[in-house]
Amino acid sequence: MSLLEIRNLKITYPDRHGEFTAVRDLSLSLERGEVLGIVGESGAGKSTVGNAIMGLLQSPGRISAGEIEFDGISLDTLGEEAMRQLRGKRVAMIFQDPMTSLNPLLTIEDQLVETIELHLKMDASSARKRAVELLDQVGIADADMRITQYPHEFSGGMRQRVVIALALCAEPDLVIADEPTTALDVSIQAQILELLKRLCRDRDMGMILVTHDMGVISETADRVAVMCRGELVELGSTQQITQNPKEEYTKILIAAVPPSNKRIERFVRVEQDAKIKLESKHSNDVLTDYWDSLSGSGSENGASREERSDQPILKVQGLNKIFRSRSGFLAAKGADTHAVKDVSFEVMAGETFGIVGESGSGKSTISRLITGIHPLTSGTIEYDGIDISRKSSDRDEMRRRRQIQMIFQDPFSSLNPRMRVGDIICEPMLVNNLVESRAEAMNIAEALIGMVELDADATRRFPHAFSGGQRQRISIARALASKPRFLICDEPTSALDVSIQAQILNLLKDLQSKLGLTLLFISHDLPVIRQMCDRIAVMRLGEIVELAPAENIFTTAQHTYTQDLIAAMPRFEQA
Amino acid sequence: MFRFVGDPIENMLGQERTDADIDRLREQLGLNDPFIMQYWNFLSDALRGDMGISFRQGRPVVEILVERLPATLELAFVSAIIAIVVGVILGVYTAIRSKGFVTNLILTLSLIGVSLPTFLIGILLIYLFAVELNWLPSFGRGDVVQIGWWSTGLLTSSGLKAIILPAITLGLYQMTLIMRLVRSEMLEVMSADYIRFARARGLPERTINFRHALKNTLVPVITITGLQLGSIIAFAIITETVFQWPGVGLLFIDSVQFVDIPVMASYLMFISVMFVLINLIVDIVYVLIDPRLRIQGAA
Amino acid sequence: MERFRSFLASDFFYAFKRAPVAIVSFCIAAFMILTAILAPLIAPTNPFDPSTLNLMNGFTAPFSKNDFTGDHFLLGTDDQGRDVFSTILYGLRISLFVGFSAVLFAMVLGVSLGLLAAMTGGRTDAIIMRIADVQLSFPAILIAMLVFGIAKGITPPELRNEVAVWVLIISIGLADWVQFARVVRGAAMVERQKEYVEAAMLIGRGRVAIALKHILPNILASVLVIATISLALAIITEATLSFLGVGAPPTQPSLGTLIRIGQGFLFSGEWWILLFPALTLLMLALSVNLLGDWLRNTLNPKMEK
Repeated sequence: MSLLEIRNLKITYPDRHGEFTAVRDLSLSLERGEVLGIVGESGAGKSTVGNAIMGLLQSPGRISAGEIEFDGISLDTLGEEAMRQLRGKRVAMIFQDPMTSLNPLLTIEDQLVETIELHLKMDASSARKRAVELLDQVGIADADMRITQYPHEFSGGMRQRVVIALALCAEPDLVIADEPTTALDVSIQAQILELLKRLCRDRDMGMILVTHDMGVISETADRVAVMCRGELVELGSTQQITQNPKEEYTKILIAAVPPSNKRIERFVRVEQDAKIKLESKHSNDVLTDYWDSLSGSGSENGASREERSDQPILKVQGLNKIFRSRSGFLAAKGADTHAVKDVSFEVMAGETFGIVGESGSGKSTISRLITGIHPLTSGTIEYDGIDISRKSSDRDEMRRRRQIQMIFQDPFSSLNPRMRVGDIICEPMLVNNLVESRAEAMNIAEALIGMVELDADATRRFPHAFSGGQRQRISIARALASKPRFLICDEPTSALDVSIQAQILNLLKDLQSKLGLTLLFISHDLPVIRQMCDRIAVMRLGEIVELAPAENIFTTAQHTYTQDLIAAMPRFEQA
Repeated sequence: MFRFVGDPIENMLGQERTDADIDRLREQLGLNDPFIMQYWNFLSDALRGDMGISFRQGRPVVEILVERLPATLELAFVSAIIAIVVGVILGVYTAIRSKGFVTNLILTLSLIGVSLPTFLIGILLIYLFAVELNWLPSFGRGDVVQIGWWSTGLLTSSGLKAIILPAITLGLYQMTLIMRLVRSEMLEVMSADYIRFARARGLPERTINFRHALKNTLVPVITITGLQLGSIIAFAIITETVFQWPGVGLLFIDSVQFVDIPVMASYLMFISVMFVLINLIVDIVYVLIDPRLRIQGAA
Repeated sequence: MERFRSFLASDFFYAFKRAPVAIVSFCIAAFMILTAILAPLIAPTNPFDPSTLNLMNGFTAPFSKNDFTGDHFLLGTDDQGRDVFSTILYGLRISLFVGFSAVLFAMVLGVSLGLLAAMTGGRTDAIIMRIADVQLSFPAILIAMLVFGIAKGITPPELRNEVAVWVLIISIGLADWVQFARVVRGAAMVERQKEYVEAAMLIGRGRVAIALKHILPNILASVLVIATISLALAIITEATLSFLGVGAPPTQPSLGTLIRIGQGFLFSGEWWILLFPALTLLMLALSVNLLGDWLRNTLNPKMEK
């Protein structure tokens, strides 16, 4: 008998329009000692499955058909009290964000001991001994001392280890890990996955690993279930799913994953039917006219249409940024943060320059310094021959600065929810007097919307009518409306599903070659960076540790930090 | 501004005054000095504990304040206890049973409570318990016992009876605010990841509610509650008027009507000092509850 | 028209249709506002026109005839023979006028200062919020009384009654702006962190344009909630001030003034002089509060406070 059997599971949420089916007709099984990966894009219902097994479906969701059988016990008909006694003792769960999973006002000891006492019926002193052992097992050094500390005294990776210790303290038979490493940096992610895998083997425990990340799955899982819109699409061994997928959806999904081992020119088109027509002839003309007026105005900047050149368009020298902290009453003054330390680099016209680094490396701060959103502490930034690190009153100079535009990380906050898409795209043209009239601006806006492959009637709607990927396209259209020559992409796809990511990356590549843009591409995702960039700067704690052509970074990295990063990157290779 | 607010001399001396009287008093009170001098004298005197002389009663303000203070402080203290205890209990209850009938009843009643001005509640309570049922006195403090300079009504049965209605009247509004605040904070805490994780570990509801959720709820509640309790003392003005409670609030209302500047100024200073004190206490409690602040403070 | 239709299809209107409490309180509030506006047309008598008053009509009980004159008054009369129903209508008018004006004043002041604080940060922010903090420590009643006291001192006695209502509006408005400023500042700080604001900076929008065109429309929901709750609070504050004798003058009585007058007769048996104005006040404040409560839960579930 399997450890876990799910048969024909259906989960529904009643809503305004009747009923929403989150999971439909799902059947799965799991053996002891096995890691089953559930993979899918957002809205696939993968987390809902995990919550249903735990009996923790968010209200008003409910299991409306099918059954879940755990070790011979039928979970779907089990009462709340009996279910509670199983939770933590025989089935456990690990959440996504270690920063919020622990109670900030209780020490690690308080939280571990209360859980151990509850499940293992131990007295306080032996429970504490057991807690220290557990922390030791999940790789927390000096456990006897650290157990008395509060969660905020631990780093993200360490907190996730504590969370794992808490989940595993009663030696459960089944663990559900819901995106356990998504909130962590690459190097920490590898360690946590290794730990989970080891614990599973050692304790003969079954694990369901819910994730959106194919790389994580291929590194960790024994078998994989691919889900899409609440349904199970394909189930098979990890080897079979990643190398030889049978279903169309799985093939698409796999093709969209940026391979870690090589650079490909374009992602295979992910749309099943390529029904989206590229821009009409008319809109093409409108845009060509619009764009040509740019090279006309800046006579000597004729380089805009050129392919890659050896002329640097952006020169950054000795850049420093220190965020000063404020002090408050009874709270000691926090330390100043030196976010960017003495950074220098040059970006050539027409190339794609990548900045890669983990959280806190200062990579996003650099984009804010170049765009002037944050003032810099010291250093110079030269764009197209003019110093843009200081404020200027010269109109022409200000206009040239507008040639630097940006695409943001979060498509849900980068568009003003109270403005129609057309107005959002028109705003830069009108504010900077790039057009004669509102009607002309609207005309160009529609052409731009076509260029980013959306329907023209999108201009009349509000942002909330669009999905994340569509919003990112709108965001690109807005950036293009300023006639930029230099586009900063700050993690432009990290909030998107992998198939959408592939589309956006393709679009960026197309636009670059069509418009002769220079791209500064910032990301934490090494495979993505590899697909996009010509040269890469690796950052750590505010400093550039290595700067080299892209392929060299991945094949012959010089700095040990770069080597470690590459080694920790989840492998997802394409033949 | 003081110059505009009418001439205090008129109020102090009444009808039978002579010009010599007026001049003498003006000189004595320093009212002939320039405005800036008057202000400076007021400040330096205040620092020495001398708040001047009441225009209306002709007695030192400090003396009057000290006489009235115990009544207000006792009233505020009892109301604060009622507001906190009942408010927190109801807030926690309505958060844990967030959908029941009793919860809806409590929430609706609390809205009615907020929609009724304090003075009206006072009048209704007097009408019901003092006039119709004749259980409790309708005004005053009852008998008081003198302990040093402090006069307390909490040690006599008539004093205890007398404080019930005013304390409820004064505490009710703060109680509803505290209740709603506790409820909304607790509901937010209950949806936090660490509560879901606690549930996933199989901890019983009781432990989750009282050990994990309540403490986290209290952190934001304390600041706002502290400020609100501070305002109880000022709100006492209304209650003291309705119940003719002989405290500093009633004194203030009288002084506003008679433009008795020294008393008004001293009252405001007293209120300010109370607020600074309460803020200080809130900050200290905050640090005691939240380890994140504690560690920062030590480092 | 298109806007109206899209409003009818919105989640907001859908939620409204399904909330009977919201519908009922909206109707009551709207009805009371309407009667207040139309008071001179609806009221059977003008209680402030001495020529229509007959002292013989004093203390007529509600729903019954006057023993001497045989006149009929729906809700009875007070000691001077004024029709209680009419005085309530006129009182409602004053109360609502003061309430709305005070909230408008507080809103304009609070929203501007809150936006200013959020957008400039640094010292300006610190100064504005310090003033707000200090003022928050003093309850509205106290501030209103101080403003009232000062105003009483600087206006000549013969003008006092005429400016009394404006003094009320300013004093309540000055006491209430802090709520707006705090909420607007908080919400604006959150919005300011969002990437669409950075995008607006990048295309060269100035700070004022960003504040007014981008940030303000996104925090209007919070402002609306605060405004509704403040309206109830302002009406109650006004009543309280009038009750304490530092508010609307007897020549222009608000609901609070009427209650103050009625209080004297409660214990001698003429309960209606107090009860009906009090009930009106309760109904008004309650319906506005219920509406505000519902708005808060619907528009911004996280903003409860």
